[in-house]
Amino acid sequence: MLELKDIVTHYGAMMALKGVSLEVKKGEIVCLLGGNASGKSTTMKSILGLVRPTEGSVHFEGKRIDQLATGEIVRRGISLVPEGRRIFGRMTVHENLVLGSYVRRLDPRAEIEQDLERVFNLFPRLRERTHQFGGTMSGGEQQMLAIGRALMSRPRLLLMDEPSMGLSPAFVDQVFDIIQEINGQGTTILVVEQNAAVALSVARRGYVMRNGLIAATDTAQTLLASEDVRRAYLGEE
Amino acid sequence: MSFVEILSILPQQLVFGLTLGAIYGLIALGYTMVYGVLMMINFAHGEIFMIGAYIGCGMLTVLLDQNIGGLNPAWVLPALLLPAMVLCGGLGMGIERFAYRPLYMRGGSRLAPLISAFGASIFLQNAVMITQGARMKVYMTNLVFPRDWRFEIFGVHISVLVIVIASIALLLTAALVVLVQNSTLGRSIRAVSEDREMAGVMGINVGRVVGLTFFLGSALGGAAGVLIGLYYTQIDFVMGYSAGLKAFTAAVLGGIGNIKGAMVGGLLLGVIESVAVTFINPAFKDVVAFSVLILVLLFRPEGIFGETLADWKKV
Repeated sequence: MLELKDIVTHYGAMMALKGVSLEVKKGEIVCLLGGNASGKSTTMKSILGLVRPTEGSVHFEGKRIDQLATGEIVRRGISLVPEGRRIFGRMTVHENLVLGSYVRRLDPRAEIEQDLERVFNLFPRLRERTHQFGGTMSGGEQQMLAIGRALMSRPRLLLMDEPSMGLSPAFVDQVFDIIQEINGQGTTILVVEQNAAVALSVARRGYVMRNGLIAATDTAQTLLASEDVRRAYLGEE
Repeated sequence: MSFVEILSILPQQLVFGLTLGAIYGLIALGYTMVYGVLMMINFAHGEIFMIGAYIGCGMLTVLLDQNIGGLNPAWVLPALLLPAMVLCGGLGMGIERFAYRPLYMRGGSRLAPLISAFGASIFLQNAVMITQGARMKVYMTNLVFPRDWRFEIFGVHISVLVIVIASIALLLTAALVVLVQNSTLGRSIRAVSEDREMAGVMGINVGRVVGLTFFLGSALGGAAGVLIGLYYTQIDFVMGYSAGLKAFTAAVLGGIGNIKGAMVGGLLLGVIESVAVTFINPAFKDVVAFSVLILVLLFRPEGIFGETLADWKKV
């Protein structure tokens, strides 16, 4: 479904990605692990066209997308739950969700209402807070809103950047339950996580990044069992 | 002047102040909207306002030359306002496209577009001077709004023209507020001003939204130009400079980036100016206005309705 081939991305003179190749198949949850500044977020940004790879290619559903504008990539079925949530704090929950469906603004209103209903069923808390400003909500609620907003474009591939960051442990479990539920409804998911234990518990496969390169890839079970990964990324000595 | 005398002219000054203030507010909307999406002050905005006044003047002259009997404001006003708004809107978009976008797209200094704005401002002033002449032009306002179209309440003279000007300014502001609050374009504008990158991730074409924001702000500036022409009846190619600075003051006073704040700031500045000149020499009018700017920047830089700078995340 998604295929990155030898992606090289620069920030000015600094080479952030040095030839990253990875693949996500339809229906999978794949996680991308790695320490700080290993290139995880840059990989996400390169997929969405927020930074332009200087070499390599990105294919989505068989078509090359790395030269397209971000809006067009979103229109083709990829959406992002960004690191730090980045909801629109001066807009209401409802407005945030409607913005999420921006690429579908010409679709029948009934379909968009239907999607709103789906998000509210996934996150009943958001229904209660429809008219509250995003910026006044708790971190966990903002994370729900960020996920709901990303779902409003009906993505076939959902990119999630550090969804557990800054959340209480109980809430982290809840978020990953939701991730499995969304995946069960047919959305393919690529998730970047520092919290490797939780991420690998829901993912089928994983990639481990180090210094802008893919250092290892395997099934989630194997990675969880691997000494190297445990030592380097699960914080175990 | 005795205190009683001052009290007796104060209501009249308030009427002047509110009228002028409504026009300041209309111009201020352009500054505040552009600041919202780009975090830059469009210092060419005063010139767009000036060009709006020239377009209105040109249209009025054409209408007079055609010798159409009975210049009824009901159709003369739209005939002046619409071309001024559309052309100024297009001009604003053009300035953004050619003078600002190549600079801010490259990233880096926020100073570069600002300097480019001064360049655009000087360019437009001189373009108008060369093509229209340096002498002032006259609006034949009293052929549309005869001098005797006025009434008196408690000794205050209020002309129909003044009411029409204030109403148009307030109506346009209200229309803009509704647009920004309730339309898809409005939501896009707010999304871009809050978090440009995330707006792009929503699929919004950020460049187009910035361009349309310039169109809206500049169209309102053009309308303000026509209104000030009708009100003062004399226009010249440097009028955009001081009016632009006044409107910028109004935008800062109301809280830059805040749409309602721009209109409230405009009205307040107009009133402060005109009330002040009843107490001191009218020559000090600009001194009063710009003292307001300095005081606001010193003691409440976020303005009346503005948020503190910490609320502004990175662009």
